[in-house]
Amino acid sequence: MFRSLLFVPGNNPSMLQNADIFAADAIIFDLEDSVDITEKDNARQLVKHYLDDAVNHPSFIVVRVNPVDTEWFASDIELIQTNKVDFILLPKADVDSLNVLEEKLNDLENKYQLNPIKVLALTETTKSIIEVYKIAKHCRVEGILLGAEDLASELEIDRTNQGSEISFARSRVIFASTACQIIPIDTPNTNIEDEQNLLEDCLIAKSMGMKAKTAIHPSQLEIINKIFSPSQKEINWAKGVLKEQEKNIGKGAFSYQGKMIDKPLITKANNILKKASQYNIKR
Amino acid sequence: MKIGTAGSKESNDCFVTVRESDKTDIIIDSVVAAFFYDQIKTTVEETLKEMKIENVIVTIEDKGALDYTIKSRLISAIKRMK
Repeated sequence: MFRSLLFVPGNNPSMLQNADIFAADAIIFDLEDSVDITEKDNARQLVKHYLDDAVNHPSFIVVRVNPVDTEWFASDIELIQTNKVDFILLPKADVDSLNVLEEKLNDLENKYQLNPIKVLALTETTKSIIEVYKIAKHCRVEGILLGAEDLASELEIDRTNQGSEISFARSRVIFASTACQIIPIDTPNTNIEDEQNLLEDCLIAKSMGMKAKTAIHPSQLEIINKIFSPSQKEINWAKGVLKEQEKNIGKGAFSYQGKMIDKPLITKANNILKKASQYNIKR
Repeated sequence: MKIGTAGSKESNDCFVTVRESDKTDIIIDSVVAAFFYDQIKTTVEETLKEMKIENVIVTIEDKGALDYTIKSRLISAIKRMK
């Protein structure tokens, strides 16, 4: 679906008008944390008219609304009178707040004859990490984004470059998402001037099973896209496996490069090539 | 006198001020006025018409905002005035 999602502050016209040229697979127009409480109305109006009137839009549009228990949520969600919004990103998501959102979306879809609107759940509280499988099973949810900064704040711990303090939360998000066949999305890296740290952070997240990562600055997108795309080594391996499979039709298992290949690895090889094709990686 | 403001003087944005008055007047100060004065004025006039707003002085301090940005800032300023 996507490798990279870029947060764009909803009240920033310069970034909105460039949203379609950033290298992100999806753009998250933010009405929450990047917008001052005195500017919520202004941001909402700007995003609404951008959606209505801008000539070019990004491939996937996500809108991060304010949490359901805030005074801004009801007005934010009224923005969804258009089929141009692909996903709502719900902050402080838990089962209760998802149910509130579900009711609102049902009303809007009926009222404005909209296509079904999908949801990305932002799990950033200890409660949401504990109940993440229930969140992943929710009928609207297509992806789960880990929000490590709020989580660390609640736990009263510091974030580190190595990220070991969020290993448990990452694993919970990855296992729940994978079990429910939705996409696990990693927390943004806030060290926007440290490319080496971003690279290492992406590699750790990918090795654990994350399939995408959020960015808070366009400069982070190149590294994120590179790491979360299939590598040349992976593509070569996948092609080799499928070629070997053709020679071994009828066999449940066969050997490739000295290792046994069976159904799970054939599925993995197909997924690698499917992803390479999706992102136009021709090697 | 009721006044509403919205926007900023950052690049690609505009700062809009709407003041209650006994007549409607539109004042535009734009870095791209030579090319887009008429277009900005039309955007303001159409937005006021859509919102059924009369008897206001609208001041646009424009730093190269696109039409939808001008429209959204004007709507916010009007709503803030109320």
